[in-house]
Amino acid sequence: MSFSVTEPTKGTKWFAGILVIGYACITLVPLLWIIATGFKSPADSIAYPPVVVFEPTLEGYVNLFTERTRATPDMLEAAGEPDTWYDAIVQERGTVISGPSRYGERFLNSVIIGFGSTFLCMVLGTMAAYAFSRFKVPLKDDLLFFILSTRMMPPIAVAIPIFLMFRNLGLNDTHLGMILLYTAVNLSLSVWLLKGFIDEIPIEYEEAALIDGYTRFQAFYKVVLPQAATGIASTAIFCLIFAWNEYAFAVLLTSGTAQTAPPFIPTIIGTSGKDWPAVAAGATIFLVPVMVFTILLRKHLLRGITFGAVRK
Amino acid sequence: MAQIRIENVRKDFGAFNAVKSSTFTIEDGEFFMLLGPSGCGKTTTLRMMAGLELPTSGEIYIDGEEVGMKPASQRDIAFVFQMFALYPHMNVGKNISYPLRSQGMPKAAVKKKVDEIAEILGITDILNKPVGGLSGGDRQRVALGRAIVRDPKAFFMDEPLGALDAEFREHMSEELRALHDRMNATTVYVTHDQLEAMQMGDKIVVMNHGVVEQFGVPQDIYDWPATKFVAQFIGSPPMNFLDFQGMIGKGGTEVQLNDIALNVPQSIDGANGAMSFGIRPEHVRLDDSAAYRGRVKATEYLGTTQIVTLETANGDIKARVASSDKVNVGDQTGLTFDPRTITLFDADTGAALRSQANEGVLIHG
Repeated sequence: MSFSVTEPTKGTKWFAGILVIGYACITLVPLLWIIATGFKSPADSIAYPPVVVFEPTLEGYVNLFTERTRATPDMLEAAGEPDTWYDAIVQERGTVISGPSRYGERFLNSVIIGFGSTFLCMVLGTMAAYAFSRFKVPLKDDLLFFILSTRMMPPIAVAIPIFLMFRNLGLNDTHLGMILLYTAVNLSLSVWLLKGFIDEIPIEYEEAALIDGYTRFQAFYKVVLPQAATGIASTAIFCLIFAWNEYAFAVLLTSGTAQTAPPFIPTIIGTSGKDWPAVAAGATIFLVPVMVFTILLRKHLLRGITFGAVRK
Repeated sequence: MAQIRIENVRKDFGAFNAVKSSTFTIEDGEFFMLLGPSGCGKTTTLRMMAGLELPTSGEIYIDGEEVGMKPASQRDIAFVFQMFALYPHMNVGKNISYPLRSQGMPKAAVKKKVDEIAEILGITDILNKPVGGLSGGDRQRVALGRAIVRDPKAFFMDEPLGALDAEFREHMSEELRALHDRMNATTVYVTHDQLEAMQMGDKIVVMNHGVVEQFGVPQDIYDWPATKFVAQFIGSPPMNFLDFQGMIGKGGTEVQLNDIALNVPQSIDGANGAMSFGIRPEHVRLDDSAAYRGRVKATEYLGTTQIVTLETANGDIKARVASSDKVNVGDQTGLTFDPRTITLFDADTGAALRSQANEGVLIHG
């Protein structure tokens, strides 16, 4: 076997492979455990030693989406044969469904606030990054530092001023308020990341478009944006992950109409005993949108995070 | 097609003065070269003409209309960039048709025009390919296609051959020139390559440090440089300078170098003091009987000719002589200079002194 500078040896490849698989296991096991717990019965979910092989049930998911009341044997008798499969599941536990739970609404709130703030953040961030990259902005370096400095403290450090500000502005517990808040927190990240991406796009492309008879905005829209797609996609993923998972502000600033899923999921525990399968089901469903979004954009993400590392 | 006039154009970038008061005129249909070393302001001048930079002061006229402050999109010109700047997210055909689509031309007409241009440039078979995988020459053709598709008033090219291999550059420069002759479009071409400028240009502007040093047809610029900078920048090897202290009267036809009289073209103004005696290597002859002496320092063989470097009392000088001439390093020999080809320069200002020979050619910016 000949020696090669660029091609790793077989041993190195094996070593790297084992490392990667090992790391994947460490990160994936908790995730798989959560997904599995969602399909366990309450007894299996707290069994000791833990059960790995179990009979799957949808009880956790039914409990997640419903409110139930304990029923007396008379009431059960009166209800008769269960109408649906989920009625059957709850009646087996001696309860009846009294109505839908709030999980659906909370999940929808998360979608509206998470994607809404990500969208707003990308629109504002792209335009600001473009301006910083291309135009002579007075005090550009100072402004960029100032924008970054908003991220230098933990966001929760400003929780009380924001709480008071939101109360005075009537933004407490509103979708708009949460969208604005997450946008403000994410904007510094998106401006900085996107400026890097836009800096990499040669200015000649826009100049060519200007000469070809397009306005500055058309050049931005038709030439710069398509080429910045990679950067926009990866930045959007980072913004969405933050907004999606944010817990502290959500607990503090929302309680009813605009409450997102993260502060809601823990409250499931209290509604009827420690219902771990329902909590796990809530967490599993909560994972799906970010996962789908990331997988859809993963081609861009992979190119994006190494973008600019080497001069092409 | 259009005449382009630059009047007293100046450009400052902060404290840096990139272009100092340039003035010249590009006639309709001319292939016009902006030549100079990097950082001389030639690209900035071109970009001001195109509307990619705004002049700090001065006027730019395209077809008699002052356009200095007009945005690029309204000047109706085309620009070919050094790195081509093909839109990477579009295929070849889309790239070429992009300027037409900005004008809202109907689809059928766009297609017809693009096909026609592709035919001219010989790129019909790659119209549907993405631009990413194209060779340098094909990219160059696509960039040209995008420029000519619109029939603009003028073409501006910023070192369009700079990114190509030397071998291919030759071929593309011929193609470019042929294309220009076919379309007869006013073309302004920026280059730092003097050979390219001489080969392709109808007229050349030589710039240095933001100043137009000389402006004229290639032959005049080569034969009668207006400044020492031009004399050195153009020609390979460049013009020789023999530095001396002396004088030449009004109407005088000879100068004394170390008490040896040498004939020069008839001076118009005369001069006194430090001067340089400028002569191109091909006008220096080795002649053992001549009074002006030199010692051979080195020879460089170039095929049919050789470059002989000689040491003289007034500095080193290079002569281009036939390879068949026998020259040995260390030889003492005489030198003669063709008196019709000599330019005298003021050693302090670097400006050529006016003579009967170069009068009328010395057009400063």
